[in-house]
Amino acid sequence: MSQVSPTRRDFLSATATVGGGLILALTLPGTAARSKAAAAAIAPSGARQSGRQLNAWLQIARDNSVTVIVDRSEMGQGVYTALPMLLAEELSIDFDAIRIVAAPVGDAYVSPGNGGQITGTSNSVQESWDKLRTAGATARTMLISAAAQRWRVDPKHCRAENGKVVGAQGHVLTYGELADAAALQPIPKDVALKSRSDFQIIGKPRARTDTPGKLDGSAEFGLDVKLPRMLYAALAQSPVLGGKVKALDSSAAEKMAGVRKVLLTSSGVVVVAEHFWQALKARRVLNISWDSGPNAELDNAAIHALLKRTAAAGPGLSARTDGDAAAALESAKQRLSAAYYLPLLAHATMEPMNCTADVKADGCDLYVGTQVQQVSQTTAAAAAGISAEQVRVYTTLIGGGFGRRLDVDFIPAAVEASKAVGAPVKVIWTREDDMTHDTYRPPAYEEVSGGLDASGKLVAWKLHITSPSITARMFPPVKGVDDSVIEAAVNNLYDVANLEVSYSRQEIGIDVGYMRSVSHAPNCFVIESFMDELAAVAGKNPYDFRLQHLANRPRQKRVLELAAGRAGWGKAPAGRHQGIALMEGYKTHIAQVAEISIVGGELKVHKIVCVADCGQMVNPRIVESQLESGIVFGLSAALWGEVTIAEGRVKQTNFNNYRLLRNNEMPELQIHLVDSDELPGGIGEVAVPLVAPAVCNAIFAATGKRLRTLPIGPQKLANA
Amino acid sequence: MTRITVNNQVVNVDADSDTPLLWVLRDHLGMTGTKFGCGMALCGACTVHVNGAATRSCVLPLSAVEGKSITTIEGLSSDRSHAVQKAWLEIDVPQCGYCQSGQIMSAAALLKSNPKPNDADIDAAMSGNICRCGTYPRIRRAIHRAAELLETGASK
Repeated sequence: MSQVSPTRRDFLSATATVGGGLILALTLPGTAARSKAAAAAIAPSGARQSGRQLNAWLQIARDNSVTVIVDRSEMGQGVYTALPMLLAEELSIDFDAIRIVAAPVGDAYVSPGNGGQITGTSNSVQESWDKLRTAGATARTMLISAAAQRWRVDPKHCRAENGKVVGAQGHVLTYGELADAAALQPIPKDVALKSRSDFQIIGKPRARTDTPGKLDGSAEFGLDVKLPRMLYAALAQSPVLGGKVKALDSSAAEKMAGVRKVLLTSSGVVVVAEHFWQALKARRVLNISWDSGPNAELDNAAIHALLKRTAAAGPGLSARTDGDAAAALESAKQRLSAAYYLPLLAHATMEPMNCTADVKADGCDLYVGTQVQQVSQTTAAAAAGISAEQVRVYTTLIGGGFGRRLDVDFIPAAVEASKAVGAPVKVIWTREDDMTHDTYRPPAYEEVSGGLDASGKLVAWKLHITSPSITARMFPPVKGVDDSVIEAAVNNLYDVANLEVSYSRQEIGIDVGYMRSVSHAPNCFVIESFMDELAAVAGKNPYDFRLQHLANRPRQKRVLELAAGRAGWGKAPAGRHQGIALMEGYKTHIAQVAEISIVGGELKVHKIVCVADCGQMVNPRIVESQLESGIVFGLSAALWGEVTIAEGRVKQTNFNNYRLLRNNEMPELQIHLVDSDELPGGIGEVAVPLVAPAVCNAIFAATGKRLRTLPIGPQKLANA
Repeated sequence: MTRITVNNQVVNVDADSDTPLLWVLRDHLGMTGTKFGCGMALCGACTVHVNGAATRSCVLPLSAVEGKSITTIEGLSSDRSHAVQKAWLEIDVPQCGYCQSGQIMSAAALLKSNPKPNDADIDAAMSGNICRCGTYPRIRRAIHRAAELLETGASK
């Protein structure tokens, strides 16, 4: 990931608003969409002249109301709270009175790290840390300047205080009273930002801004969008993934009550009706003959065999080479090799995919819970046959993203249907639609080898990952190794002089997508499980073995030591067994210890202790809840997560056969946050990957059985 | 026309009698606080109270609620003053928030029948409500907190 570091002069500009008041705008210089291959997908808007289009981050109106525009989608990770906190820290305002607005499509909102207007890779706080504090400080400086001018005093003698500027002689003007004049002030070239010791808001636990609306039903998710004349639609997609409609007889469906239209779209057959239940009932009587396409024979065994075959065909592309891993393995005192396999997974967001489109004469209004505003815009434009600028994207609250809403496959049907019927149309996927037409977390086949010297020290490490490339589908082209398949592997934590990480790309014929923690999950499972395997060969305690290989990694070592200490490593109660895992991801360092028991072959996870050093925290309460969330997500996947395909169809259809952790199945969670002066790291995804290896390492401690495939669920466990 | 009572208001609904209550509330009455999650009573996102009992509205046809009294998340209180809502706010339970209407309705029904639930009671009453964000530890704490609020008379 590359980081664009704009100078403040370049990217801040102010303007008076039409209705009066100050809008502080922030644009990035140059083509911000250059760092990743996303440029192609977002070309129509990305190609617009950067720096000319002004995008407000902050509006202060004459009535003193303060509006903060948030450019990251709120999907539970807390950006509607954490990002405004950054701005508010420098602006000195009453945080509880601010209004939050979702950003429209705009170049200013392009994430340098993600290469597009994208909420992903856990970088929202990382990328906003300087940007929004600077925006706040700049606005404050301009408000103070305006006040000083009014009072004919030196700005040095004025200070900002809770929505007001206060002068030395007791003068007071509110931000609203100053907003018009402030907008005319020159933009300060270099504003000083508060140091950590002066923070009033950042680093302090604070209630989320989005909670109240989530307690009384008023929060608006995509599914809840209501428009005048709006119709509802159900979509029939090929039961075999990748199949197409061969023939359609919709005569029976068209006669059903409330049905307005049945149309063939690029996504499948859409039934538009006055109410969703009517659309669903009419969908049942559609007579569709499907062309199954190339996946008619696809199943899990074929996918597994394909990946294994490709792995055997050659070492693939090198992602990292230190020393000579092959020679070091050859000369090692002890050697160990193993193969691991990770299954396909479903995102299973609680809010099924949906989209509301209103195609009209002057363009298209798109109401959608999306993590990719620009791609949503260009996708809708293509579906409507209009230009991207004619599509207005309104980002709703998201009822679970986890990467699923980085895809836009639920958008075209709504746009095509709205265009066809001349009214707003909301397309809703049922749970079954959602589960059987996900863009699944790809499977991975990974071969790993390690060599130890006579003292039991790691001298060689070879990891060969074989899996599809998500980025090659979503943001092509990928040159060389796709960065999103080698996470947590290419930045190997453990001291080893001879290391090789390589990647073979093998597509499997169906669309795979980014899922919370992406390849950190499979790779961390392999690395942390195999570290335990090597520890056993070396005759060492898995915790000691890891510590021994972290000589130059103080932050990693610290979280590992803290996790072991907090969990009482080695002191589990009778009948309980522990497993440990360590990872670095999203610039956050994290360790977990799982405590389990196995009785009658039945696994029970009793406790997970998690210690994270994510640098400085904006809102520790959200950090804590995100880590809890990641652990629950990781535990569902570890215990039961597997999508099975037979004859090209996904067999899992709903929560009865795609099991997710429930309240009564929760282990005790203990989260410990490390105080740190470092720059912020990401927290939304980082806790997910460690759960499976920590639990499987505990299973090994209990039974001596090493699980090299997930999920754990169907595998036989001996009594411990 | 089917006559039902929603949040103490009598309404006549013009919908096919097999329409699940969920879609009657959402599409016909415009009350979108009750969520669609699974359509098979597996996840609890659609939980409402029917004559006081926590019920999955996604599999309950309109014909089955004729003449009955339904409470939705919109009608739990007029100002988020229900003990469960207050506790949820205090503990900042929701993340994405999509399942929370259902969680809150299940918790409110639990506390009505059992004002001082222990952890096992909570397990039994709440295991039908899935939260993909994993807010379970906070839900548990918030239910205990709501019980306290009820006990001290700080809320009802």
